[in-house]
Amino acid sequence: MDIALRNTVKKQLLWVALVSISMFFASMLSAFIVEKADVVNWKVFILPDQFEISTVIILVSSFLLFFIKPLLKRGKSIFGLVFIVLILGILFSYFQIKGWQQLTNEGVYLTGIGSNVAGSFLYILTLTHLLHLVGGLVGLCISTIKSKQNLYSINNYLGLELTSIYWHFLTILWIILFTFLKFY
Amino acid sequence: MSEHHKENFITKYVFTQDHKMIAKQFLITGMFMAVVGMLMSAIFRVQLANPGESSILYNLLPGAWLNDSGGLNPDKYLALVTMHGTILVFWVLTAGLSGTFANFLIPLQIGARDMASGFLNMLSYWFFFIATVVLLSSLFVETGPASGGWTIYPPLSALPQAIPGSGTGMTLWLISITLFVVGSLLGGLNYIVTILNLRTIGMTMQRLPLTVWALLITAILGVLSFPVLLSCGLLLIFDRSFGTSFYLSDIIIGGEALHNEGGSPILFEHLFWFLGHPEVYIILLPALGIVSEVIAVNSRKPIFGYKAMVGALLLIAFLSFIVWGHHMFMTGMNPFLGSVFTFTTLLIAIPSAVKVFNYLATLWRGNIRFTPAMLFAIGTVSAFITGGLTGIILGDSALDINVHDTYFVVGHFHIVMGLSAIYGMFAGVYHWFPKMYGRMMNKNLGYLHFWGTFICAYGVFFPMHFLGLAGLPRRYYSNSAFPMFDGLSDINELITFFALAGAIFQVFFLFNFFYSIFKGTKATQNPWKSNTLEWTTPVERIHGNWPGELPVVTRWAYDYSKPGADEDFILQTEPLKEGEIEH
Repeated sequence: MDIALRNTVKKQLLWVALVSISMFFASMLSAFIVEKADVVNWKVFILPDQFEISTVIILVSSFLLFFIKPLLKRGKSIFGLVFIVLILGILFSYFQIKGWQQLTNEGVYLTGIGSNVAGSFLYILTLTHLLHLVGGLVGLCISTIKSKQNLYSINNYLGLELTSIYWHFLTILWIILFTFLKFY
Repeated sequence: MSEHHKENFITKYVFTQDHKMIAKQFLITGMFMAVVGMLMSAIFRVQLANPGESSILYNLLPGAWLNDSGGLNPDKYLALVTMHGTILVFWVLTAGLSGTFANFLIPLQIGARDMASGFLNMLSYWFFFIATVVLLSSLFVETGPASGGWTIYPPLSALPQAIPGSGTGMTLWLISITLFVVGSLLGGLNYIVTILNLRTIGMTMQRLPLTVWALLITAILGVLSFPVLLSCGLLLIFDRSFGTSFYLSDIIIGGEALHNEGGSPILFEHLFWFLGHPEVYIILLPALGIVSEVIAVNSRKPIFGYKAMVGALLLIAFLSFIVWGHHMFMTGMNPFLGSVFTFTTLLIAIPSAVKVFNYLATLWRGNIRFTPAMLFAIGTVSAFITGGLTGIILGDSALDINVHDTYFVVGHFHIVMGLSAIYGMFAGVYHWFPKMYGRMMNKNLGYLHFWGTFICAYGVFFPMHFLGLAGLPRRYYSNSAFPMFDGLSDINELITFFALAGAIFQVFFLFNFFYSIFKGTKATQNPWKSNTLEWTTPVERIHGNWPGELPVVTRWAYDYSKPGADEDFILQTEPLKEGEIEH
């Protein structure tokens, strides 16, 4: 298999996997809608401010990834950029966890006697998103190390490209989840 | 990946990345699980024929599964029914069928060296294998395996204290199915990307054999629907293990009121059946793909209506996503919504009829060779028609309500989904055995296997429709407590007789299969005189499939008995003659 075909194949494997992950979240959101329509004591809550901060963070991180290709084209190091994206990813995770803390302070729980299906859905949706994000962080860690070692060039940065696609996907997914949870 | 290379035992047989060997791993594991599932059904059929009595077959079970008089415990009866359904639906007819033939045929029939990712392919099998071990380990748990039915509806599945099988057995079921889904998804990704990217020169989508089309569409169905089962299972795991209430509300169990409120078991059904109905076609479509190939080859005729066949596959796949509600007519569904699901369900009859018509038209005036594979392929079409007809009754909400959860449903889905798919699988095994093992299976044993299976299977499932129409409920340990069903006990005994006889006929197949691997007559390169690319590879297995350059395709896969040709088949690699028009 030549390199161009191999790259295409790997990208397509990722795209199909993203479709599959999308179906996972689509079914979760459908479940949320069905349950909300059925449940009498659906608890209404306000999303914590931390989620808004993490939304801005992940948007910025995704935006920064668009500069990778131009930098590689000019033969410049991308280490700093990838490292910043990794830090932003970690910050996103931090604010997600802070958001959950805020929720528990307000009496919104994942499980237990005081919990409500609405709150449980909120935790499950954000938790599963964060679990997927951990995969992205692992990819970013590897990319950071490789970019430090100058292993990427404009003709050879497939791993980073795949990580970027996955990260953009997670950003879009988060925007959808955030908008849904805030306004639905 | 490109050429054959030196392999040791581990890389050749265990952690292999060769698609053909992985296919065999799926096949052997699937066959093993089929035997386990079949034995389970034999055991619970014996219980139904002789309720509460002991049987020699029960010696296969742990002692704790039996009561003092040697009869089967009711909770273990439920466990056997549950595990039988789980094993047959997922392990045999999904992984055993799709895993085997997608792995074996896709690279060979599209002219590729291997799958897009040999590593992911290997992982796919090993996830499946570990899932198998976990599922089987649940048989040895003190409280027994999952017992709430293969559909694992809550609250039985969500409350560990509900019934014995709701405890550790159910937990292992969920772990096992999660691993299974991960394995299936890894396989599905690979199949799709391989077909889209690695077709050899000249192998356009319009020249693909229908097996590959069917396997492609099956993989798409899996990639879209299995994640829904995963989310459904995740919410269930949270309910049973962490105290959430997605599926639970207002429950009092053992005199204790649970804190759960707000959830709905109906939500589970929506999510489950959103996978569940496409799953029917994940099972069926590969069988129909195999049948298309086997019928064309053994009729010595081009498949009738190739484009219509592809269109029908696509339409069935699309419709399979918008019919899940027909499994839920009894859940208090709004009658208008019920009529919508009735409409979409009955629409499936159209592409199904197209397929059946085209199979019959292919057979019509063909120079038919009744090989065991061909008999099983025709058997698939037969079962697809018989089971499909009762599907019209169950797809109609007004009619379905009368026979819901009765043996009518059991008879229907075993014929339309179980028999069709398993016959298709047998057809595939008999047809491609020479390519898999370089030897031929014994024909006469094949005929014995087919006729024994065919007669016994109808003997089992046909009378079930009458039991169902008489109101006999499915999944009951015994019907002897209800005088209104006393008159049906003879039919139950008859069904059990055919079930046991049918199981015996499978021994002929197993013997034939394993004996032929070592002692069968050596196969020639193209024993069935087929057109497709797999028959241009050497008889001896090599990793990379073709020793030299990849074949170049110049025609479609169904040039059988073409006027003006020297023989009644033309390999896909044979260039068009001057002035020859491609089909």
